[in-house]
Amino acid sequence: MDALLLPVVDEDGAPFWQYAARGELRVQACAARECGRLRFPPRPCCPHCQSFESEWRPMSGRGRIWSYVRPHPPLLPAYAAQAPYNAVVVELADAPQIRLVGNVVSGPNAPLDSVDPGRLRIGAPVRAVFCPAGPGVTLVRWLLER
Amino acid sequence: MTAWEVAVTALKDATAIAGIGQTAFAKQLPESEKTLACRAIVAALDDAGIAASEVDAFASYTMEETDEVEVAKAVGAGDVTFFSKVGYGGGGSCATIAHLAAAVATGQASVGVAWRSRKRGSGPRPWKNTAVQLPTPAQWTRPYGLLRPADEIGMLARRYMHEYGATRDHLFNVALACRNRANQNPDAVMYERPLTRDMYMTSRWISEPLCLFDNCLETDGALACVVVSAERARDCRQKPVYIHSVAQGLPAQHHGMVNYWNDDPLSGPAWTAARQLWKQADFGPDDVDVAQIYDAFTPLIPLSLEGYGFCGRGEGAAFTEGGALESGGRLPINTGGGGLSEAYVHGFNLINEGVKQLRGVSTAQVPDAGTCLVTAGEGVPTSAVLLRG
Repeated sequence: MDALLLPVVDEDGAPFWQYAARGELRVQACAARECGRLRFPPRPCCPHCQSFESEWRPMSGRGRIWSYVRPHPPLLPAYAAQAPYNAVVVELADAPQIRLVGNVVSGPNAPLDSVDPGRLRIGAPVRAVFCPAGPGVTLVRWLLER
Repeated sequence: MTAWEVAVTALKDATAIAGIGQTAFAKQLPESEKTLACRAIVAALDDAGIAASEVDAFASYTMEETDEVEVAKAVGAGDVTFFSKVGYGGGGSCATIAHLAAAVATGQASVGVAWRSRKRGSGPRPWKNTAVQLPTPAQWTRPYGLLRPADEIGMLARRYMHEYGATRDHLFNVALACRNRANQNPDAVMYERPLTRDMYMTSRWISEPLCLFDNCLETDGALACVVVSAERARDCRQKPVYIHSVAQGLPAQHHGMVNYWNDDPLSGPAWTAARQLWKQADFGPDDVDVAQIYDAFTPLIPLSLEGYGFCGRGEGAAFTEGGALESGGRLPINTGGGGLSEAYVHGFNLINEGVKQLRGVSTAQVPDAGTCLVTAGEGVPTSAVLLRG
C-alpha cells in the first residue's frame, strides 16, 4: 500500500526537520540584535528588518487548536485508509502568531484517526509529539492535554 | 490634472469586452482542451464580429495547458505583440482581462483574447499528483493529510464559523442561490437538478465542515472573451461592456490557499484587490447591481462579500440571509449558476456571465443591470474587474 506523504524539504525548511528528528520543536527567528522576530514558514530573509541572519529558537511544544478539518474520501489511498481523520492548525503557546499544521493523535505511533473527533474543539490545549515517519524523518503531531 | 492622475484614470472605461464565447459544459466532453480553447475563441471573435487575423494579444492562466503559440496558429491570429499568463489558479481569472485592458489602453496591442480551457471533469485532479509537490508550503501541510483545496479552505471556514457564528445554513444559502440560477440556465451542468436544504444537510462530507454541495463542480469546457478599445467596441456587433476598474491582489505576508501564518488569516486577497478596485472606480459597493463572485467553495462568498465591502468584517454569513443573494435580493450573485452549479472553468464563466448581464441577455437577468463586479479565486493571490454597461 502507498505510504503517507513525507515532507519534500527545501533548503529553508531543512533545519526544522533536522531538529524535529532530534525531538525538538524549533522555529526560525531573525538573529539581528534589534529585531529577533519569529517567522514561519522559514525563509531566507526577515520580512521585518531584511536581515539574512537567522537562528532556530526552541519552543515549549505547547499550543492550542486554532482550527481543524475532518477529510473524507476521495483522498490519496494511504489517507483514505485512515479517513475520516483530523488535520489541525495549532497556534503555539509561546508565539500565537506561529501556527503549525498537524494531526491530533493518541501517541507517537498512532494513526491519524486515533482520537475521538468529539474531543476536538477550537482552543483545546495540545502538546507536540514527535512521530517517526520514515528513515530519518520525524513529523510533529499533537496530543490533547488533559 | 497631474501626470500621476492621468496614469491612474487611463484605464477607466478605456477598453471594453466586445465578444464572448463558450463551449458546452459537461462532466466529460470528447474534444481536446486545445480544440475546446479554439472553439471558445472563434465563438468570441464571431460574437464581436472581429476577424481572427486582427488578434494581436492573448492572456490566460499559468495553469492553462494550451499555450499562445498553439492557439494563435490554430485560430489564425495575426502578429501577436502582447501575451501574458497569470498564476495562482482561479485567482488569475479577472487578471487576464486586466492585463489585456492595460495592453490595449497603452497601445501595446489592439485586439486581445483571454481564454480558459479545462478538462477538469474528465481529467486528473491536481491534488492527486504526488510527484509535483512544491517544497513550500506543501512540506508543512500535505504530510498531515491536508491534501486538497477543500481541506485547506475548510480549515479557514471552520475558524470563520467559530469567530463569527456562521453556520452551515449560511453556506447552504450560497449553494442554493447558485443552484437556483443554474436551474434557469439551460447551459448549466445543474440546469435540471434542484437543490433542497434536506439534500444539502444530509449530503456526504468532503472535508468537515464542508459537504459535497459546498464544493464546485468538476467540468470540461472552455470560454473566451475579446477585449478592444472602447472606441472600437462601439463599432462591434454587440453592446460594449466597459472595463471600468481592474485590480490584482497579493496581500502583505500572504501564503496562498494555506494562509494560516499571517496575523489575520481571514482577511484574504479580496481585501487587497478591493482597495485598489474601488480606489479607481466612480462608484462603490452599494452601486453594484449584480456580482459574479468566485465560488470554488461556498465559504469564499462570505469572505469575498466582506473583502469587497458589501458588508463589514464578520458579517458576510449574515449577509446571505433572507434571500439576499437570490434574484431580487440585495445582491444577486452568480446568475448563471457559478462554479458551484453552472460549470467550474476556473471562474471564466463568471466573466462571461457578467458580460451577459450588462448586455441584458442573462437567463437570470437583473432588471436594468448597469454595473457588475466579477471576482477571481479568494484565498489565493486574486484579481477582480468592475464592468459597466
